[in-house]
Amino acid sequence: MHLYLKYVWILFKSQTQYRLSFWMLALGQALTPLTVFAGLYFMFAQFGQVKGWSFYEAALCYAIIGLSFALAETFARGFDMFSTLVTSGDFDRLLVRPRSTILQVLGSRFEFARLGRMLQSLIVLIWSLNKLPLALTAPKLFTLTLMIVCGMLIFTGIFIATASLSFWTIQGLEVANVFTDGGREMAKYPLSIYEKWVAYFFTFVIPLGCVNYLPLLYVLGRTSGSNILYMLSPLAGIVFFLPCLFMWHIGVRHYRSTGS
Amino acid sequence: MNPYLSVLKLRFISGLQYRAAALAGMATQLFFGLIFIMVYVAFYANSTAEPSMSLEQLATYVWLQQIFLAFVMLWFRDNEIFQLITSGNIAYELCRPCGIYSFWYAKLLAQRLSSAILRCFPILLIAFFLPAPYNLSLPPEGTTFVLFLLTLLLGLAVNVAISMFIYISVFWTMSPVGSTLIIAVIGEFLSGMIIPIPLMPEWLQNITYALPFRWTADFPFRVYSGQISQTEALWGILIQLIWLAILIVLGRWCLRRALRQVVVQGG
Repeated sequence: MHLYLKYVWILFKSQTQYRLSFWMLALGQALTPLTVFAGLYFMFAQFGQVKGWSFYEAALCYAIIGLSFALAETFARGFDMFSTLVTSGDFDRLLVRPRSTILQVLGSRFEFARLGRMLQSLIVLIWSLNKLPLALTAPKLFTLTLMIVCGMLIFTGIFIATASLSFWTIQGLEVANVFTDGGREMAKYPLSIYEKWVAYFFTFVIPLGCVNYLPLLYVLGRTSGSNILYMLSPLAGIVFFLPCLFMWHIGVRHYRSTGS
Repeated sequence: MNPYLSVLKLRFISGLQYRAAALAGMATQLFFGLIFIMVYVAFYANSTAEPSMSLEQLATYVWLQQIFLAFVMLWFRDNEIFQLITSGNIAYELCRPCGIYSFWYAKLLAQRLSSAILRCFPILLIAFFLPAPYNLSLPPEGTTFVLFLLTLLLGLAVNVAISMFIYISVFWTMSPVGSTLIIAVIGEFLSGMIIPIPLMPEWLQNITYALPFRWTADFPFRVYSGQISQTEALWGILIQLIWLAILIVLGRWCLRRALRQVVVQGG
């Protein structure tokens, strides 16, 4: 942990060297989801509601997925960019160091400018919670936290799984963008507005619906029957995360250096 | 003119080599196209207000966006040029016996063209045969299609001229990511990539009409679906040409200023 913080500190210093560019990047990172959010707002301004979901409910949905994605991108960016390490053969260097590879890859990147993105999602989250007629009880707050943490785990899991695949393919796999960027785009609206097959895919294969849509039903008081299942559904994120980690370990064992 | 044409050709050929990336890109674009249309279908499903665009036109709009993504995306960037500037190799570039603006312009244009040509046909084909309401529909008349092609290519030219400013800004900021992102994000929103311009509120539509961004994407796509009548489209082409002239003159001027105070990094 100490080592990780040190990595982060060094990266912070190096990233703030180009000061103007750093601030512009942070601003740009905050703007990206802002324009998407503006899009969401204008859609609701034009249509009022979508399949029974109001603007603030959708905004909550959007904020949670935005926050988990931003967290995953901030911490696990190293895995996202990992294929370059394999292609260049630099991964050898990580292997000879007496520390876990996961820690080193995690520490290889940490993008502070993404904080802009996080902040933006956080503001939307608080704003929409404020506007919704909700009593924020302790179990509801607990569920919300669980949703964000497990959402982050899912995105991190996808990053790690893609990185592991690059042990075999050597190249980066851009197809994974369908699940990360695509998943984020998709999950910003409640899952129920999509066609059935999309909803099933994002519930049972990549459980984004479990960290977002299902527990949200509980938070918004739309459930019937037992609440505890809806509350605990984000745990599917952990179930998804573990095989990804496992894949990484297999991948590392299979690693053959590309040379220089 | 000849050296620029050969740069265009060479870049085009090398761009066609990246097939794996193109395949991945297509999968992503197909998925995004489907998801976007599904969202719109859901919004239209029980809307009481009459939207300014039919669902069929909207689906076509979304598919055209995805198919010609390489034409309209502003974040599409050439890292080679960035490295030239930040590493100091710009010195070699300056020694070449041709104008740097046109040289880069040709390079960027070729990249976008090759990327789009690799990707557009498979998506086009799939999008045509999807079941309604997800399919791409045909343009109402032959002449609208010709107008569409013309406006699309002019839009591409305008877009490359806009993106030149991103490269020029690196002379000042020295690190490309920040300025690219800001110009790209704002530009994309104003060109109707996040939500189609006809679905924006009135005041925002007026802003987009006053800026060059919408002429790169929104305008050709609406010409395709026949929402913009043919006479209007002809006037639009004139405006596109005017923007193109303004942007290129301004871009050349900025580049000249940047080069006058250029510091070659390293040795």
